[in-house]
Amino acid sequence: MNVNSNSYTYLFSVVMVVFVAVLLSVAALSLKPAQELNIQKEKKQEILQSLGMEISRDDADAAFDTYITEQLVLKGGQIEANPETPAFDIKMADVLAKPMDEREVPLFIAERDGKIFYIIPVRGKGLWGPIWGYVSILSDGYTIAGATFGHKSETPGLGAEISTPVFTDQFPGKKLAVNGAYQSISVRKGDAAGDHQVDGISGGTITSVGVESMLNDCLQPYMSFLFSRSSVLSAPEGAALSDSLISVL
Amino acid sequence: MSQATKTEPKEALFSKKNIKILKDPLNESNPVTVQVLGICSSLAITVKLEPALVMGVSVLVVTAFANLITSLLRNLIPNRIRIIVQLVIVAALVIVVDQVLKAYVYDVSKQLSVFVGLIITNCILMGRIEAFALANTPWKAFLDGIGNGVAFTGVLVIVAFFRELLGAGQLFGIQIIPDSWYLDNGGWYSNNGLMLLPPMALIVMAVLIWVQRAKFRQLIEN
Repeated sequence: MNVNSNSYTYLFSVVMVVFVAVLLSVAALSLKPAQELNIQKEKKQEILQSLGMEISRDDADAAFDTYITEQLVLKGGQIEANPETPAFDIKMADVLAKPMDEREVPLFIAERDGKIFYIIPVRGKGLWGPIWGYVSILSDGYTIAGATFGHKSETPGLGAEISTPVFTDQFPGKKLAVNGAYQSISVRKGDAAGDHQVDGISGGTITSVGVESMLNDCLQPYMSFLFSRSSVLSAPEGAALSDSLISVL
Repeated sequence: MSQATKTEPKEALFSKKNIKILKDPLNESNPVTVQVLGICSSLAITVKLEPALVMGVSVLVVTAFANLITSLLRNLIPNRIRIIVQLVIVAALVIVVDQVLKAYVYDVSKQLSVFVGLIITNCILMGRIEAFALANTPWKAFLDGIGNGVAFTGVLVIVAFFRELLGAGQLFGIQIIPDSWYLDNGGWYSNNGLMLLPPMALIVMAVLIWVQRAKFRQLIEN
């Protein structure tokens, strides 16, 4: 057999391509259920993490059912009674692809130790790929109780640090409103001060800026709803009020 | 022809020659420091030890099996499309590894993220397949793949050790430099943030090459 003849070369390529295609399809299809289960559990883990709870992947299902009391879908600041997709299955990437007024956004409500928390998923762009996270908000509707961030491919040691406590521990207690109006969190270079600023990551500027615009864009659609549900007032007034809330935490 | 010349004595699995195939890449023909292959990933993922180690092991697995499969097929592969065939073998293996990691060791796969895919572009793979697997028997090719994989892992771990220790004060994510040493806590020490940036990977690698050549003078080029 002449392995260098044209017909053999064609035959070899065809057989190789078909064989590899079948192999990869079988691998992808047979492993998909296990992969999706992992992704779902991870999502539950991340949602609970924004409440400051460290839960192992195996316990995520049970803990999620225990603490999450309600899963809502909001559209234009109102509860959407007949959402296209259930809250848990909504993919933020799809939501962000739509124009602002058509977006249906998920909101998770958790109850822990008798306190209510609103958990908002956020998603944006990092340096190399998407970044995402969950922000939990106290029942006053504007004080952050906790935040957790994830990323697909930010640089380890630099941008990837957004998912470490060094960065996320800055969020609890920060405020999303000034005098009843929405104001997001800005990410600063080392001079963060006050209720609306956190320090970014050195060497991870683009990722830090990504976090800033992600928070700004994704939290906004919830604010009118959260203010209307606020346990304190419809409009937050001053610092004294919110300080008392932090001590509750 | 007599019977005696026809049947060669069967070579032992770990004969001297085979051990040499396994050990050579560790020093004298190290794929990274001597042949300067696979530099990109060596520079990119040596910020921390853990991902560096996992990456090294993944490359080891892929090199070993890509070498093995190529060697098994070596008499069937048409010469004119051999590079394409090699690429397909490597790419298919990497995709399967990636899928399996995602399904069964999700945490590890998350750590490696994009770098698993980048194994495909690692020059060591193509280098070993082209230079060794195509001309040798499967067992030898397999050993060669393992030797080169271990050598690659070794270099990654050494570079990552210095970068994580000096850049973050940690090893495998565990704090090594005592907290009380830091300036923030009234001490005298500060992490060298430069170590976390790519240029320092290049410099650490260069120092490693320097040290190796100073010790093994036969490696010095004229």
